[in-house]
Amino acid sequence: MMAQLVFYVFATVLLFSAVMVISARNPVHSVLFLILAFFNAAGLFLVAGAEFLAMLLVIVYVGAVAVLFLFVVMMLDIDFSSLRDGFQKHAPLGVCVGGVLFAELLMAFSNWKMAPANIVTPLNPVPQLTNTEALGTVIYTHYVFLFQACGLVLLVAMMGAIVLTLRERATGRRQNIDKQHARTVEETLELVQLPLGENVFESGGFLRPKGSYYETAVPGSYGSGNQAVAEKEENRP
Amino acid sequence: MGQFFYHTLAGQIILMLLETLAVLVPLLIAVAYLTLMERKVMAAMQRRRGPNVNGPFGLLQAFADAIKMIVKETIIPAGANRALFLFAPFLTFSLAMVAWAVIPTGNGLAVADINVGILYLLAISSLGVYGILIAGWASNSKYAFLGGLRSAAQMVSYEVSIGLVIVSVLLAVGSLNLNDIVLAQRHVWFCLPMFPMFIVFFISALAETNRAPFDLPEGESELVAGFFVEYSSLAFGLFFLGEYANMILMSSMVSILFLGGWLPPLGIAPLTWVPGPLWLIFKILFCLFVFIWVRATFPRYRYDQLMRLGWKVFLPFSLLWMIGTAGFLMATGLLPHMGGVN
Repeated sequence: MMAQLVFYVFATVLLFSAVMVISARNPVHSVLFLILAFFNAAGLFLVAGAEFLAMLLVIVYVGAVAVLFLFVVMMLDIDFSSLRDGFQKHAPLGVCVGGVLFAELLMAFSNWKMAPANIVTPLNPVPQLTNTEALGTVIYTHYVFLFQACGLVLLVAMMGAIVLTLRERATGRRQNIDKQHARTVEETLELVQLPLGENVFESGGFLRPKGSYYETAVPGSYGSGNQAVAEKEENRP
Repeated sequence: MGQFFYHTLAGQIILMLLETLAVLVPLLIAVAYLTLMERKVMAAMQRRRGPNVNGPFGLLQAFADAIKMIVKETIIPAGANRALFLFAPFLTFSLAMVAWAVIPTGNGLAVADINVGILYLLAISSLGVYGILIAGWASNSKYAFLGGLRSAAQMVSYEVSIGLVIVSVLLAVGSLNLNDIVLAQRHVWFCLPMFPMFIVFFISALAETNRAPFDLPEGESELVAGFFVEYSSLAFGLFFLGEYANMILMSSMVSILFLGGWLPPLGIAPLTWVPGPLWLIFKILFCLFVFIWVRATFPRYRYDQLMRLGWKVFLPFSLLWMIGTAGFLMATGLLPHMGGVN
């Protein structure tokens, strides 16, 4: 009773959010509805007794993949009016693709039959095993090569992404921490002996550096020592 | 009475609500006093007094802050996405609360003692990034958006090394149940044999909760206050509560994974008299103290340094440690459930 109620709540929200993914006007809303759909699918897994898959779905899809989706969509500057421009032109093609897919689904599901044995015990085929252990024993024994092959496919995709984006730019300033640590005092510091009192002059009881603002300032005009301003003042009729 | 609570639907629902309240009410009070503790500890470290006006030793300061926050006006900026703007703090807060369902405070004493407890915690903490990302986007403000993006990148990066650290602990435990993880530390806490992982996990926990020295998403010197710059009143309060509840949650995760959860340090007489929940609280308080200590001590990281630490130092190191742990356990035959299932 309770399980059925929970199932229908999850299923309803799942279908609703799946519809909203394609019908929401704002792409960020679409992605958020997609996340909601993932989350409800995880809930359905939980109802079916597949707790490990449910958690993995949330961790992998919601926690990692959808974050990247959201990241990209938020950064895009999408012009909504231009999106709707091509609707009239591309509508027939879209209808064709949709129709073909629908027909295929119809053919597939009209012949679909659940094995009667599976309907009786949809939960936990091996009762003494937890979900995690059951999956682990199957994946790492019978399907270990397929599992490894999946890993390799992902590795190739990852390497491809890195190759596409990694480039050393001539203007890029990258911190090389090893190089910084390897520096010695002799390489970086130079002690300069300056003769005492050579580059200063006395002005108004203070020692000022030569070539500074104080040297060019008009004596007596403290605070407005800019020479150009002072000359202007003098030339005023 | 027991008949009503265990065998009728209404009784079960009432029992569930009571259990939830028994976790959440102490948690919220703990959050309130954590803010006070942070101010007091930081003040002591900086040779100040900290809040000392409201109530004895400033004990009522937390409530004064809460009331001030509630009575302020909620401002929703023009151009903000209203629904998402209000949804984000709500999400952050509720995620910080629901994670507590699986934390065991004693032997088998959790609201939900589920088989995949640690995965549940990982799943909930990986959802935490949405509250921040949505808040940053919905505020329609540059600072908030930059803060949100920084935070998302940071949390996703450090989750990877947190996951690997957890895997190496799980290898030694042989179960995903949090209660089993604690019980596996009866003889020795995991912080001793896996000391480097303990450190990596603690630092990643700092980054995951956006605490100093990794508080770049807030970065008040460059981003004003980061992702919650546009928030005020209760909406801000929910973020604040969520953040501190997450700190306590991460501390309890450190305690459960590495400091033996509710177990006493040694199974001898005077230590075993102290009840389990108290031990867990002591350990959480210790971790929180270190959180605050770190904040009072270290300057903020630069963003590229933060990413370098996560991806180029912690990730390879924890991966290597994980393989080493697996190899060691396999070679010595200490691997739990070796040679068949259970």
